[in-house]
Amino acid sequence: MSALHEPVMTPITSVNGDDLPTPLRRRLLIEANCVTLCYGQHTAFRDITLPIEENSITALVGPSGCGKSSFLSCLNRLTDLYKQCKVTGSILFDGDDILRPNVDVLNLRRRVGLIFQKPNPLPLSIRENLTLPLREHGHGNTAELNRKVESVLVDVGLWDEVRDRLDSPALALSGGQQQRLCIARAIALEPDVLLLDEPCSALDPISSGVVEDRIASLRDRYTIVIVTHNLAQARRIADTTALLWVRDGAGHLVEYAPTREFFESPQQEITAAYIQGARG
Amino acid sequence: MAKGRWNRWRDAIVAVTTWTAAILVAVVFVWLLADIVIGGIAKLSWTFLTEAPRDAGRAGGIAPILVSTALILAVCMVASVPLSLATAILLAEFTPADGIFGRVVRRSLDVLAGVPSIVFGLFGYAFFCNTLGLGFSILSGGLTLACMVLPLLIRTTEEGMRSLSDDYRRAAAALGMTRTTTIFKVLLPAALPSLIVGLILSIGRASAETAALIFTSGYVDRMPSSLWDSGRAITVHILDLAINVPGGTENAYATALVLVMALLIINSVASWLGQRWLRRSIVR
Amino acid sequence: MSLSLRDRILVWSLRGAALVAGAIVALIVVFLFIGSFPVMRDAGLGSFFLDEAWRPTEQLYNLTPMLWGSILVTIGAVSLATPLAVLSALFCHFYAPAALARIYRRLIELLAGIPSVVYGLWGLMVLAPMIGLISAPGTSLLAGILILSIMILPTIAMLADAAISNVPRSFMYGCAALGFSRWTTIRRIVLPTARSGLLTGVIMGTGRAIGETMAVLMVCGNAVRTPGSIFDSVRTLTANIALEMAYATDNHRASLFVSGLILTAIIFGLVMLAEVLSRGRIYG
Repeated sequence: MSALHEPVMTPITSVNGDDLPTPLRRRLLIEANCVTLCYGQHTAFRDITLPIEENSITALVGPSGCGKSSFLSCLNRLTDLYKQCKVTGSILFDGDDILRPNVDVLNLRRRVGLIFQKPNPLPLSIRENLTLPLREHGHGNTAELNRKVESVLVDVGLWDEVRDRLDSPALALSGGQQQRLCIARAIALEPDVLLLDEPCSALDPISSGVVEDRIASLRDRYTIVIVTHNLAQARRIADTTALLWVRDGAGHLVEYAPTREFFESPQQEITAAYIQGARG
Repeated sequence: MAKGRWNRWRDAIVAVTTWTAAILVAVVFVWLLADIVIGGIAKLSWTFLTEAPRDAGRAGGIAPILVSTALILAVCMVASVPLSLATAILLAEFTPADGIFGRVVRRSLDVLAGVPSIVFGLFGYAFFCNTLGLGFSILSGGLTLACMVLPLLIRTTEEGMRSLSDDYRRAAAALGMTRTTTIFKVLLPAALPSLIVGLILSIGRASAETAALIFTSGYVDRMPSSLWDSGRAITVHILDLAINVPGGTENAYATALVLVMALLIINSVASWLGQRWLRRSIVR
Repeated sequence: MSLSLRDRILVWSLRGAALVAGAIVALIVVFLFIGSFPVMRDAGLGSFFLDEAWRPTEQLYNLTPMLWGSILVTIGAVSLATPLAVLSALFCHFYAPAALARIYRRLIELLAGIPSVVYGLWGLMVLAPMIGLISAPGTSLLAGILILSIMILPTIAMLADAAISNVPRSFMYGCAALGFSRWTTIRRIVLPTARSGLLTGVIMGTGRAIGETMAVLMVCGNAVRTPGSIFDSVRTLTANIALEMAYATDNHRASLFVSGLILTAIIFGLVMLAEVLSRGRIYG
């Protein structure tokens, strides 16, 4: 196993049974407190309390249907788009509760970028996919926009592949390229947080590796929360890992710890079994 | 951020415009409906439905008109249903193997769907009334309407059959059934809901029609004694009372109310059944 | 694919039926040509555009005032109905709460089912007198435009609604995740993606408007002259047929068939245009 991306964090010493360890090494950028999300009668997850540190990678793992993706959608209020969806609790982002009704959602979504499982470039050219969001958020100067397009495409390693066809349709790119374009599009807005919802699961192994490397390279500049089914991936890139599990028909947070500790000395039996199972 | 404020203002302006447009459309609709109801309700009664018109329609009821309309619709359906069923089966089940023929038929039905009703009237007059010698008659009117509703009936039936799962076809083929048996014993019964919805919609379309009927089924407002008699359809009656008969307004309104109520019921039933039976609404 | 004997009999009889259904358009065109042949032979095609006036009893067959009537009424109605219809569709998708959107869609469907003669009655009794307050008598180009735009609005709105439904959800989520304002999402993503469907809707609406007879006949005043203002009376090609067919003979009647031929040619062109547009879609 490669130790390349091992988290640089001192393991926190043992915690007894039920308490969740809180590795307070960096400033907390996001604090979710007792967040519960319901779709009509169905509860997707209940009482999730999860602190997220600035400029680190937090991985959310767990079986399908445990509410990982729904939790991500809360962090940029994309839940507003889902029918009959109700979120309670509080989520402090930089000290402000983003679940309040009068939050400036558009600005919140600029600051908290979301990358979807399936790449979703807009039906525009490659360039417009990057410039339209920038214009929307008030960047009008063409020269500045062009510089920006180049720099973010370099950041995601796409510049050399598309520099000659910036004005061709983004939907003509391959899946891996589309996903990197989506990441470029999100970071062009200079967000504080990047949410990634299984960004590699719809890609082939090679593209998946490229995208993963890019994500790892962004760790120092952004606060990243990534949902993944791939435990090896979480282990490779995440500083902190959290396990969600379905209990009584709703998702719960089972364990939350620095990644090395999470994998090497899990405190919960479910965690141990899950890691074991996924390994075997 | 100034840009953010401008975006919010723009969104608000667009939202207000959209709501205004929607409310405007709803108001016009309610206004029209209310006008018909208020204008027609006073005259509407059981005797209005069962009496013959008197004094060119200014007085009396609309019984013969209702009978003529029903007969025209019956002729229309008897002629159009078998033809459209057969065409739809061909298009849905056999066209991939059929190539150009299917494409040409479908294209010509598209054009047929767009032909103005007054042109159907001209055609019906020239073909059914004169060439086939049926004269101004319920038969001519019904057959003209049959040509008109054909595209709608064929499309709903074809879509109904296409939406059936291929499992049915494969299962039947695996059992060694002929295509004929498969179609009549398996596919048509399964597609029955959409056939019925299409049928009801076509009845609605046909009973709303005026222009195709004025020179085919004629103006005579007597009780028809056979299909070869001229009979006045309900829409033609409204037209006649509104523009040719001074003082006919009240009865025009009452007749319009009868027609609108009937159509609201017909279309609601179709749409209700459509939503109940079919996942995708084919009401258009 | 080998078919059993029964299947082959079935396919051939279905083809027979489909041939009949598909041939109706051809039959209509043939009968329109036959009907218009006498006047084409006697007066020639040019006289429909170059004669001094429309006085068919004196062998003067200038159809241009009616053609202008049809064109002006249609352009007016389409340009009024299109924005309202698109806004209605956007209203259902982006602004109305789910329950209201459902009710609103039903309302549009019901609006589509109301017969043209009822729209005409309402236009004649309510709308025209109101316009008459501004400029008597009220039956005018404006009344025709207003009534027709209400009539074609459901057609355009329903097709626009369907086109917008087909815009992939992932685009919407992508836009939301990037913090786009609603208007940017609609203008830059939704409308361009739905463009071919929207255009098809507008073309269908245009087809309905140009072919509509009864409502325009009842509210337009029907004077044979090219209108100078929207308060002037106009007569459309369709109304001309409906008004004069009852007493027209010989070449006069044949010239009405020529109007039918012109209308059918316009519709044919529109259907082809819709075909080309729906093939030329780029995304989705």
